[in-house]
Amino acid sequence: MASDGTTHGGTPAQQLSLINLLGAVLPIGLLAWAFAMNPPAALRSYLWAFCVVAAVPCGSLALLALQHLTGGAWGVTMRRPLEAAVRTLPLVALLFVPLALGAHILYPWANGSYTAPYPKSLYLNVPAFQLRAGVYFAVWIVLGTVLNYWSTRQDRENPPDFDRRFRLIAGPTLGLYGLTITFASIDWVMSLEPMWFSSIFGVLFGVGQILSAFVFAILMVLLFSDRPPLRGVIRAGHLRDYGSLLLAFVMIWMYLSISQFILIWSANLKEEAPYYVERSHGIWPIMAGLVVLAQFFTPFLVLLTRDGKRNARSLGWVAGMVLAARAAELYWFIAPARPVDHHTLLWSDLVALPALAGPWFLFFTWQLSRRPLLPLHVDPTPAEDHHG
Amino acid sequence: MTPREIPIYGIVAEFASPADLLEAARATKQAGYTRTDAYSPLPIEGLAGAVGGGHSKLPVLVFLGGLIGGASGYLLQYYTAVHSYPFNIGGRPLHSWPAFIPVTFECTILGAALTAIFGMLALNGLPMPYHPLFHVGRFARASRDKFFLCIEARDPIFDAARTRAFLETLSPTAVEEVPS
Repeated sequence: MASDGTTHGGTPAQQLSLINLLGAVLPIGLLAWAFAMNPPAALRSYLWAFCVVAAVPCGSLALLALQHLTGGAWGVTMRRPLEAAVRTLPLVALLFVPLALGAHILYPWANGSYTAPYPKSLYLNVPAFQLRAGVYFAVWIVLGTVLNYWSTRQDRENPPDFDRRFRLIAGPTLGLYGLTITFASIDWVMSLEPMWFSSIFGVLFGVGQILSAFVFAILMVLLFSDRPPLRGVIRAGHLRDYGSLLLAFVMIWMYLSISQFILIWSANLKEEAPYYVERSHGIWPIMAGLVVLAQFFTPFLVLLTRDGKRNARSLGWVAGMVLAARAAELYWFIAPARPVDHHTLLWSDLVALPALAGPWFLFFTWQLSRRPLLPLHVDPTPAEDHHG
Repeated sequence: MTPREIPIYGIVAEFASPADLLEAARATKQAGYTRTDAYSPLPIEGLAGAVGGGHSKLPVLVFLGGLIGGASGYLLQYYTAVHSYPFNIGGRPLHSWPAFIPVTFECTILGAALTAIFGMLALNGLPMPYHPLFHVGRFARASRDKFFLCIEARDPIFDAARTRAFLETLSPTAVEEVPS
């Protein structure tokens, strides 16, 4: 590279942006064509891509609040990627508009293939769906904006005792996230199969989002770890903390997934069991196996060892694998639930993800480049490195 | 009976504070001694790294313990449900793996936890009712208010006179020979 990168904090981010811009234009055109050709198919592909992309900013909001509550060097070094992802929430809200407008085509309870009985119909109708989505995004954007604004003020003025102030809003943020994401998961994904219900699904969806956000933030920190201001700051201690937390998150995810399955399998009720029955033939069991392999067994075994956690390469591979597996997992949730003309695999899936992820990532890198990659007045050293 | 030379176990130095002990342990490691041990009435952060050598074998043992625990838990259920007492439960197959998962999980934890506890005790040589350091009178204070560092005679570069002189340089409050 010609630039030495010492003064231009945004240089690496801008390099990423350019490649992204080129790659995003083509898929967007193809997705628009898909919308014109087959609206239900395009909408289902769009819903999947939206859930994959939205997982990172939504999960980042929860992680940002979490790291303010717990403290620790892992959170300080991750704070800026998380904040930048949270600042993309207005774009995510904008990306939701096609789903709000297309709900009457996409969802069985709105397109005539399923008629919700009386009390259920108060919840499952298009205006209520749109209103609730508006509330979710309003809550997330307000909380995200406050956390971001205070972080900027801390950089500028370094007011004393600011951590307490962060914690004051971080607690309610986590609670509100839990509440809103439960309803959002019911609205957006679970209601594709309006007869099915699982009380674990909201937590599973939310933990999945946090997992996506966490591996994404790990990848961003690793990507910029050899450039200032992260160069020399990121050490084995940080990577070990990331690895330990990732190990915990994949275990929580596996615990919730297998619990939902065992409960439904044991009860064997006619409202619940069809969810797994329709995912037990064709490519779905293979896909489930691959997701469990990539999102649990491999990370678990790699991160179990001390060296697996402290090695940037193995950690980076694991993080990338989990991020890909998350997309596959969401596909497994969504695609079998909403076949279009008896097809569950759609060609529009191939273009929907790059069409949404490309512009989102472009926006993210722009947001990331607007502030220093490390908070200015917070110590990013792992606790045990203070001794000797 | 002819008097013979009593072989010694090592040389022990007594320190007044945890900081002195930690510094002495680091200097000893720096000097190339590998067979050393520290004794303290309270846990000192960083001390294990300063005296211990290399990785512990315990994580591997715990992993194997977990595997054996999980495998035996699964096999136990398989044997009882499929061979020993086949019973139709809700029309499900006899070998219904989802039903076996909770117990398999618990047995994995049990195997790993028991291996961790007993493996730790075994690798530390515990319980240990006798130790040569008990011959040193002042060592009783290792459980009260003094901190000890012992360089053992089996250390490849151990030399009674030179090791003693080395320990004297680390500002101890006392240095004593430990009879075997």
